[in-house]
Formats: sequence, structure tokens, C-alpha cells
Amino acid sequence: MAIDVATVRKVARLARIAEPEERLEALAQELNGIMTWIEQLAEVDTDGVEPLTSVVAAGAPLREDVVTMGGDAAIITANAPKSVGGFFVVPKVVE
Amino acid sequence: MSAPHSTSLTSLTLKGALDGLAARDFTSVELTQAHIEAIEAARPLNAFILETPDKALDMAAASDARRAAGTAGALDGAPLGIKDLFCTEGVRTTACSNILGNFIPQYESTVTANLWRDGAVMLGKLNLDQFAMGSSNETSAFGPVTNPWRGAGSDKALTPGGSSGGSAAAVAADLCLGATATDTGGSIRQPAAFTGTVGIKPTYGRCSRWGVVAFASSLDQAGPIAKTVEDAAILLTAMSGHDPKDSTSLDIPVPDFASFVGKSIKGLRIGVPKEYRVDGMPAEIEKLWADGIAWLKEAGCEIVEVSLPHTKYALPAYYIVAPAEASSNLARYDGMRYGLRADGANLTEVYENTRAEGFGDEVKRRILIGTYVLSAGYYDAYYLKALKVRRRIAEDFDKAWEQCDALLTPTAPSAAFGLGENSNDPIAMYLNDVFTVTTNLAGLPSMSVPAGLDSQGLPLGLQIIGRALDEGTVFSIAGALEKSAGFKTKAAKWW
Repeated sequence: MAIDVATVRKVARLARIAEPEERLEALAQELNGIMTWIEQLAEVDTDGVEPLTSVVAAGAPLREDVVTMGGDAAIITANAPKSVGGFFVVPKVVE
Repeated sequence: MSAPHSTSLTSLTLKGALDGLAARDFTSVELTQAHIEAIEAARPLNAFILETPDKALDMAAASDARRAAGTAGALDGAPLGIKDLFCTEGVRTTACSNILGNFIPQYESTVTANLWRDGAVMLGKLNLDQFAMGSSNETSAFGPVTNPWRGAGSDKALTPGGSSGGSAAAVAADLCLGATATDTGGSIRQPAAFTGTVGIKPTYGRCSRWGVVAFASSLDQAGPIAKTVEDAAILLTAMSGHDPKDSTSLDIPVPDFASFVGKSIKGLRIGVPKEYRVDGMPAEIEKLWADGIAWLKEAGCEIVEVSLPHTKYALPAYYIVAPAEASSNLARYDGMRYGLRADGANLTEVYENTRAEGFGDEVKRRILIGTYVLSAGYYDAYYLKALKVRRRIAEDFDKAWEQCDALLTPTAPSAAFGLGENSNDPIAMYLNDVFTVTTNLAGLPSMSVPAGLDSQGLPLGLQIIGRALDEGTVFSIAGALEKSAGFKTKAAKWW
């Protein structure tokens, strides 16, 4: 399973976290240590076991499909790093 | 009327303070002022990362007016601390991460709104491990909290535990009458054990998660840290309740939890899980556990040895499930809508640099693990496997409930350790949660009660685990243990 530098580079890219090249080796070792410890799960017999995704027995509740809040751009953009006239200002997305 | 002595006001329990307010022995403004002064004097602990004294005094004055008008609520006038994971309208909320920076919520979390509805007063925001990821409060972007407790004859700085280290330290040092906290793998109970305070993680779904900064949504639960079992019950009653804004919030009545404290526990069957007797457990913790068993026997309980065979797999399963959910939850921090935005040559670089700069090392580590276990080719081997093991762990408890009504275990495998002692070894740090993490995976209520001191004079806690929704029995047992243990020691003031 060993996590190598290339895997860390790929995972960091997927997670959108810039990791400098010189950190990758140390990170690979660290993650390997943790994943090796996690490997002991293989000992557990889970044949035919349903995955447990929610400990709440009830199903997902439904509500009326109506607007309950919204329409206030000033509140939505109050914490934006950049905003103009009720819009978020973001870096150029389409080249 | 002369103002009561401020130290006597801060040493009150929440119940004692509420009684004093009701009897007009003092006002909420006096009570709040005493706590504001205690907080200022305790800055070396680094428990509060944002003090809100003006807001507190305004809320206290409004409370005094309500009391004069005869409209006081269940917590009216009681000054509390709020873990900085709860969004508070107009008051900076950071999760102790640089990525949230100067985030000012435009809304109030449901749990804190419930407290204000009942009249409580907010003293400020409390330190925690960054995004609640940690067991020593050392991953906070604001630096660690120092435990008010020190070993006998030592001035070594100890951790208050984590992630709710600020909450636990503030309650232990009498800086507030109680505090909100959250628990994803033990973050209420381990800090409570390390600081001689009481903490309960209720059944998953009791407290709304709305407005609480998300870490691992299927595990996160809010709860109180308090000075006594009764105080914890009063706070949890106020914090709980159905909330349509959280789809996992339970739509069931909230009992008056305090009514269970002091009830007889005669005839209850208490399970002692043999798998919790781990290698290398300090003899003092073994002894504390034996004391707890003896106290419950004296109170008329029947002690039953039970087996929870999958206990040792709980932590490894947790370190797949929690990072997987965290990697998904924390994808929202992209530098576009709120929080930090770093520079970059293109959009992807802006994302990558923002997240590299904003997240701390432990948070990054968990996001990377989560991304890895969810990535193509590994999903079944890791994530799905962990969810199946999670079912096995929940089934262990179901089987135990055929033999007993509640379980008694130690809360943590050690007393508070020195700041810096475990910070270079992630797995050693993760092992702090070995006794607590199982109930997050199974969604069960569990509570830590201070029960004794180790040879260094540091507090140790016992944990009570109950059936889903049976917090009442947990509170009754905790009340009996509190009475038998007679734990009255406070940290000697050095700050």
C-alpha cells in the first residue's frame, strides 16, 4: 500500500493544498505511519455487514420546497475577501 | 447593599449562582463583572481567545431587568464561555484556524441561541484545537491553553486536553459558570478528565449542529463542560432540542436532565468492558476504575463484566471516517466567499495557496488522509471497510445492553501530560481517545466525572456510557459517583 511521493503529490493536488516539493518525502512517511496503523482493520471480519453511515434511525425529514431565507446579498457577502455591489469578486475562471 | 466579594461569586456552581440570583443575593451584573475580572487575571492560561466584556455586561443588565420584571428564564443571568466553534452573530468565530481569519458570523448557532433564549450571558469565545482536531489544544492557531492544574511541586505547563481545552480550563479555573464544547472523538470528555470538570457528550442528534463549524458531521455533537453533574444537566437541557435546520436533529422531547441527578441507582446493572483494560494503563487509573466499581456496588448496582470485542478497531476506523468527512466538509474553505484568500497565478493556485497558508499541519494531515481514503481505487478498501467496522462497534454495544443498563470505564488512558510531549507523534496523540471514540462511532451518550487524583495530584475521570437517548440514567449514575468520590479539589491558583 506504501504511500510514495507521487501519491502525496497527487492527493495534495486533489485536496487543493499546495505542498512544497521538499515536504513531500516527510509527508509520505508520516501518512504511511498512520495508514499502516489503520491497516489492522483488515483483521475484522466484515463479510455481509451493512456499512453504518448514520446512527440516527429516522429517515431524512422533508420540508416544503419554499424559500425560507435569502435575498440579502449584504449578509451573504459580509465576510467576502473581495466583493462589489453584492457580488463576490473571484479570480478569472475562464481563460 | 455592599457588593459581594468577587472570588466568592466565581467559585459558585451554576446552580448556586442561579439560586443566588433568584434570591436577589446579587445581580447578574455583579456576577458577570466578577467573571470578567477573573478572565482578565487568567490571561496566562490562554483559555479565552476573545473576551466580550461589553456584550456580557449588556446581556447581564438585560437579564437583571427581566428578573425584576418576573420574566427570568432557566439560565437567566448566568455568565458562560462559548467554544470558538459555535458561530455567534456579530462576534468573531475562527475555529482557531487562520483560514477563517476574521470571520464574523451573520447568524447564531442553534445551541448558543438556545442558551441566550434562556437568559445566559456570553463572556467570550474559548480556545480549541484547530477545527477541533487534536487532543491537547496545541493545534490552535492562537497557541495552546495551559491547564490550571500542575503536578505537585512542579511548574511544568500541562495540556488541558483537547479539543475543548479552553472550555475545560475556563471552567476549572472559575472563569465562567459553564461552557459549551463539542465532541467528535472525545473532545468534551478527555479535557473534562484532565481538568477535574464534568463533561457530557449526549446522544447524537440531541443538540443541533446548525451553526457549529463542521469537522466530521456524523460524529460531531455539542455538549456542556461544567463544575458539577447537576450543572451539566441544567446546561444540556437548555442546549438540546429539535431544530429543523439540522436534518439529523432528533424530533423528540427534551427531559429535565437535572431531575435525574440524585435519583437512586439501586438495582441498575453496570457493565465493565474487559477490553478497556489496555496494556500499559497506569496502575492509578486501574485503581480509580476499581474505586468507581466499588462505589456503584455500595449504591446498590450489580456489576457485570461485558465484552466489546471490536474496541481496539474503533480508533483506526475513526481515523478513516473522521478525516474522510473532514476532507469533504473543509472543501468549503476555498478563499472565495469568506475567510483568507492568498495570491496565485490562476484560480487553482489561489485555492492551493489559500488552503496551504490557512490550515494548520494537523488539519492538512487529516484532509490528506481523508482525500486519500476517498480517492478512486481506495474507497472500498478503506472508507467502506471503516463503515462496516463502525457497524460492528455499534453492535458490540447493542449486545452489551442485553446484559447491563450502562457502562463504567476510565475516561482517558493517562492524566494530563506536558505541553509538547506528544506533539511529534500523531498516533500517540490519537491514542488519548481510545476510551471515548467508541461512543462517537455508535452515537451513544457518555459523560466524564472527576473521581480522584493521581500521585502527582492531577485529576482523573471516570466515564459513564448509556443507551441511546438514556442520558437520564447516565446523569443518575454520574451523580452517585460524584457523591461517592467527593471530588472537591480545585487547581491551586498560580496565574
